[in-house]
Amino acid sequence: MAKALMLARLKQTVVAAIGVVFSITMFVTLLGFMNGLNQLLDNLVLNRTPHIRFYNELKPSPTQPVELSDKYRSFHNVVRSIKPAASRMSIYNNEAIIKTLLDDPRIVGVAPKIAAQVFFNVGAIDVNGVINGIDVEEESRLFAFDDYVTEGDFVDLKNTANAIILGKGAADRMLASIGDVVQVTTAQGNSIQLKVVGYYQSGLGELDNVQSYASISTVQKMLGEPPSFVTDIQVKLNDFDLAPGMAKEYSAIFGIDADDIQTVNAQFEAGSGIRSMISYAVGITLLIVSGFGIYNILNMMIYEKMDTIAILKAIGFSGRDVNLIFITIAITIGFFGGVLGLFFGFIAGLGIEQIPFELDALPTIKTLPVDFNPKYYVIAGVFSLVTTYFAGYFPARKASSIDPVDIIRGK
Amino acid sequence: MKGKPVLEAQNINKYFYSPEKTRVLKDVSFQVTRGEFVSVMGKSGCGKSTLLYILSTMDTDYHGKLLIDEELVSGKNANRLSQIRNEKIGFVFQFHYLLNEFSVLENVMIPGLKLDKKSKQELEHIAMEKLRIFDMQDHALKKANQLSGGQKQRVAIARSLMNDPLIIMGDEPTGNLDKKNSDIVFKIFKELAQEFHQTMLIVTHDPEFAAGTDRIIEMEDGRVLRD
Repeated sequence: MAKALMLARLKQTVVAAIGVVFSITMFVTLLGFMNGLNQLLDNLVLNRTPHIRFYNELKPSPTQPVELSDKYRSFHNVVRSIKPAASRMSIYNNEAIIKTLLDDPRIVGVAPKIAAQVFFNVGAIDVNGVINGIDVEEESRLFAFDDYVTEGDFVDLKNTANAIILGKGAADRMLASIGDVVQVTTAQGNSIQLKVVGYYQSGLGELDNVQSYASISTVQKMLGEPPSFVTDIQVKLNDFDLAPGMAKEYSAIFGIDADDIQTVNAQFEAGSGIRSMISYAVGITLLIVSGFGIYNILNMMIYEKMDTIAILKAIGFSGRDVNLIFITIAITIGFFGGVLGLFFGFIAGLGIEQIPFELDALPTIKTLPVDFNPKYYVIAGVFSLVTTYFAGYFPARKASSIDPVDIIRGK
Repeated sequence: MKGKPVLEAQNINKYFYSPEKTRVLKDVSFQVTRGEFVSVMGKSGCGKSTLLYILSTMDTDYHGKLLIDEELVSGKNANRLSQIRNEKIGFVFQFHYLLNEFSVLENVMIPGLKLDKKSKQELEHIAMEKLRIFDMQDHALKKANQLSGGQKQRVAIARSLMNDPLIIMGDEPTGNLDKKNSDIVFKIFKELAQEFHQTMLIVTHDPEFAAGTDRIIEMEDGRVLRD
């Protein structure tokens, strides 16, 4: 019955279905593209950010000597101009800490790190920078270090003695090409010569201007520190939502400072949340508009088919049967429109993924990113059925309440 | 079989409320027994069509009692009334009301499909039989809008017979037809009455048509004038 009515109004039905196809296509494409971009931007920072970072912060000691004195303990003591205590930067007993962390099943891996302030001596001037001493293998396994080494091989960092991978910005300033040797002076005054084996480019210019990488042992040697010297312990978790809790937990156990990724990168979360909200809003608006289209077409169909509805009722179709017919039409339009829309949306996604998108700042990206998360397809599919159901519901109710006597008497 | 009441109207009153309250049916009571071929006569506006819509259960806004097949239908819910119409009543209207989207055969089958008591093959077979009564079997696969007026009305009658209804109700079934076609349709009704003992209640203002029926109920001003 529903089929015959649809075929009778094939053109309008097809127009309605095209509306649904279009909106579903746009919905899926838009969300896929938006979230692809979101993930790209998030990964730019989040991928390389440890989920938890343990370190010793330079800070004034919370208890001043006067408070330890028996004599003055019960007094209100005011101490002005407190300076940070000369505490050690190195994490005490870090080998034991790393071992404990590695035994935790929630943790994917641990990478120790040393950050050292240095000057690169370029002719008569000094360029300041930071050399990160890293565990090359763990760093690339956990934080995709190798992805950002745009020239040279990151493994050389480990295999070549006194090797350095310079930030792209720093290298450009120093006119240092691969194979060159750069002179580095540490804050303590030690001088060392390092061989450039590659360039590092994160896409964040500010970082690339100052950050350089060397193996952890090179940096320890440079600073004149023993192999146990580690200033940061970076942790990657299976589920980074656990980070805040675990940071607190281990911070208390080890008595060192810990930062979790959520706290450090709160603004990224907020940004991507708002972006996806906007794309959902646009997609849903499209669907609702196409819902109105279906509503209109069904309404017209009912006016045209008054006679048919009347006679169907006269020969024994109940209001519910008539209702069902029009709901079926609407849902059919929604279903086929939705399926086609999802298909075209997928194709459009594939198309967008082919568009070249190369930026110097984003070395790992060659084409526009698209997220093919099935979640968006499910949402779009469900939503197309829901909107078309409601678009059909009101015309169908109207059709079911048509009084056949009114129509037949009018003839 | 004769003597068993198929349709019984008891003191049916009907009011129209717009533009003002008017009483269009005044205490209409009568009975139709099985096998009767009854016509309802009267001038236009006397309430005969209104009465038919009430008797056919499509119009439920009336006072009084209506029994179909000895079952009280007044006050029944709409779904039950739909069932009764589907099962026990066949309709023929002045206008044919065939569905242009369907073939002739499908049009005839629709009431059967709705009743849903037989398989599709059986229904097709029955529908073919019904068409054969009216010599329309050759047109079975045509679309409804490819037929002439008289042919359409014959198909409409075939449709009304689809579920072997207890009673056929007609509202001016020949009103839209020329002399030749209305003669054909009348002949069909006559045949149905004589050969199949089909109970029929036909509203008409054509005295010639009425004269050919077993019983004439004459109406005037919402009252049964003569039975």
